[in-house]
Amino acid sequence: MIPRYQKILFIVLLAVSLAMGAELWHLRQRAHQRLLAGEVTAPTQAPEVAPDQQATLLVANDTDDSLLTQDRSLPLPADPGARARVLLGKLLDLYAASDSTHPVPGGAAGVAQVFLLPAAGPKDPQSPDAEMAVVNLTGSFAATHPSGIETENLTVLSICGTLRANLPTVTQVRFLVDGAPRPTLAGHADLTRTYLTADAVPTTATNQEPAQ
Amino acid sequence: MRWNSWALATAIAVALPAAAQQAPPAPAARFVVVLDAAHGGDDSGGRLTSGQPEKAVTLALSVRLRSLLAARGIAVVTTRESDASLPPNARAAIANHANAQVCLSLHATESGSGAHLFTSSLAPASSSLFTPWETAQAAWVTQSLALAGALNSALLHAGMTVTLGRTGLIGVDSMTCPAVAVEIAPERDSDNSITAEPDNPDYQARVAAALAAAVLEWRTEARQP
Repeated sequence: MIPRYQKILFIVLLAVSLAMGAELWHLRQRAHQRLLAGEVTAPTQAPEVAPDQQATLLVANDTDDSLLTQDRSLPLPADPGARARVLLGKLLDLYAASDSTHPVPGGAAGVAQVFLLPAAGPKDPQSPDAEMAVVNLTGSFAATHPSGIETENLTVLSICGTLRANLPTVTQVRFLVDGAPRPTLAGHADLTRTYLTADAVPTTATNQEPAQ
Repeated sequence: MRWNSWALATAIAVALPAAAQQAPPAPAARFVVVLDAAHGGDDSGGRLTSGQPEKAVTLALSVRLRSLLAARGIAVVTTRESDASLPPNARAAIANHANAQVCLSLHATESGSGAHLFTSSLAPASSSLFTPWETAQAAWVTQSLALAGALNSALLHAGMTVTLGRTGLIGVDSMTCPAVAVEIAPERDSDNSITAEPDNPDYQARVAAALAAAVLEWRTEARQP
């Protein structure tokens, strides 16, 4: 037998809960309306469409562990950092395609930013304008990247090679994931080191036939 | 006192060549193989299509290869015998303490095909008294490349597709022994369809047999003057 005062207390608490829920919903609707009212939807500046330019992508191939050169015509921004991001975005879009030779999900969104800084270490008199590219990958890209020495290494090398092919002043590349250093890409490729773009050339060979 | 010292020095000088002539020949250095089953514990590594974590596949391959080598009288040191977590530096420390002639870091992946053999991308350097930990493998890179060649021949002889490469690998770069990272990928036919996954027992047995044959060949070459 439930005492009468407990029944009354329960009904009061239920009524208060419903009232608070209704008030919360009302406040949310008001905030949403306020947000929509403050947003300017009219275009204020005409969009600039960058002209198409020739770009060279170094595309990885898991089958024979190679980096193949592909020439593409892309609208590229003038700013080198933005340009590098567009190039790498295109490269990752190729990897996310269904017929990719190096399947990696994520696409262009996998590269958050690319920063260009003066190269670290003593200045090379032959390339005084040498730069370091800091490639900031997204955490979701790293989390969904296939795990393996070969596949991770190919991703890193193709990024370095593509940067070198299109931005010759970039001699070094470092990687961040969500803005922070990370030991490996997906358990294997070392992301703590500085990669030299000069190393991003195919150094591997595939043997298909037994040795005689 | 001075005379006594002179006499002692003379005696040692006369005795040393005689002792050297009488000393038994030094025993051949023990041939030790280090097997490093990559990942383990919290670090599962990759995941195969079958759902098996990479750490389980590498451990199974390590156990299989250890048995084959031990049966041929080769001393084997493994970095882990169970699902234990081990940082890369601890793996390199085990390998370096073992004073091994072969160090194999075993991996598995769903990408690519056949076996991938990776050696350190460090530039070869001569051995020095004080070696930086991160680049200790530099003094052994030439031997590591030769070991990769021996493994490549044995795997090709077993009918497998082999990919050779060089890369920076934490742990392997700190090993002071001929070291190669062996990554087992699915076996594929000419249509690129998978015929055997890395966790397939028969496929693993073939890979382990080829690796054991390569190690035996390497030992034979190491013992030749």
